[in-house]
Amino acid sequence: MDRVPILKIGTTLFVSIQIDLQDESVVRLQEDLADELAATGARGVIIDITAVEIVDSFIGRMLAMIGSISRLFDAETVLVGMRPAVAITLTELGLSLRGVRTALNAEKGLELLNGRA
Amino acid sequence: MDVDSSQQRMAAYMRDHQDKVVGRWSELVVAGLRGRSSVAEVRRELEDLHSLVVRAMSGADEQAAGELTAVLTELSGSRARNGFTPRETALGVFALKDAVFELVADAADLAPEYLAFSRMIDDLGLLTFETYAAAREQIIADQATAMLELSTPVIRLWDGVIAVPLVGALDSARTQLVMEKLLETLVATGADHAVLDITGVSTVDTEVAQHLLKTVSAARLLGAECIVSGIRPQVAQTIVSLGIEFGDIATKATLADALAHVLNRRGQRIGQQRPGQQRTEPQKPGPA
Repeated sequence: MDRVPILKIGTTLFVSIQIDLQDESVVRLQEDLADELAATGARGVIIDITAVEIVDSFIGRMLAMIGSISRLFDAETVLVGMRPAVAITLTELGLSLRGVRTALNAEKGLELLNGRA
Repeated sequence: MDVDSSQQRMAAYMRDHQDKVVGRWSELVVAGLRGRSSVAEVRRELEDLHSLVVRAMSGADEQAAGELTAVLTELSGSRARNGFTPRETALGVFALKDAVFELVADAADLAPEYLAFSRMIDDLGLLTFETYAAAREQIIADQATAMLELSTPVIRLWDGVIAVPLVGALDSARTQLVMEKLLETLVATGADHAVLDITGVSTVDTEVAQHLLKTVSAARLLGAECIVSGIRPQVAQTIVSLGIEFGDIATKATLADALAHVLNRRGQRIGQQRPGQQRTEPQKPGPA
């Protein structure tokens, strides 16, 4: 099973998903991220999904859940680089991902996190 | 007497009297078209058609029937595109019946042959009509597509601000197209604010509002904020009386208000320059 690497840059955890998301890999990512947040005390999480072409309802819900988990560690989650087609699919599914902030690209996501401090 | 042999005899009769038949046929068609085509032009078309009909009826030629269908399809298609009425188009085929009837009326012994011939022409007439309707429908479909393309421009209003002026009825197909274009432009330009202007939307009901909300939440997923502008007084009343909630989406009366709101949020402002005041720094590029 593919694992998604989590990079720590300063007080931010950076996750770039470069694989076709399977249900197990998202669950694994959620666990890894929780461990990492607890260990590093990071203040922000950036999840880059530029390369993700398909997001189904389960993965959409898991992403929202990652946002909620991060908040418990007082870290903010920013989802960046969503493709238009993915956005349309998620809207049609009725998932608006409340609780997760979004930005157009990683740069703007970082700005969003830094602006918070 | 079977149909095939009477058709063959009719074909032979028509071949023998080709000049008379085509001549009378052309006259009838030209009269029906009220001077929109010249006699020579029509005659040339009908001569081809006549020989194809004869070949198809004589049954000797396997391909003639197919060719006849193709020629008729082409002919009625072009008539439909050039704005001829269905009557004028169908007349082109049915006039052959009249032309032949006038000739056959004198020869009483050709009655069964004429009957078989008449049935065949009726079939051709139906084919003409079908093609005519199909061509018209194609035109309408093309126009609808063209209108969709025309009516959904996404314009850059300011650095990082884009606007979509919505005009006309907002149905699911339009919304889908608007949403796609808006999201693609957001990604391409890196804009973080979008203004949906509904000044030109004729009616706002629950369905239209639903479509707007969908577009806004899709844009939010990309990390862009949407403002709905161009809400007219009547529309505002309708929205309230229908109990539609726009939630935390900012709504403004005019596009100008929306732009001012966005600039304010981004910490930019435009003001009038006082006379004598020097520009201290280059201003942000204005809308092109």
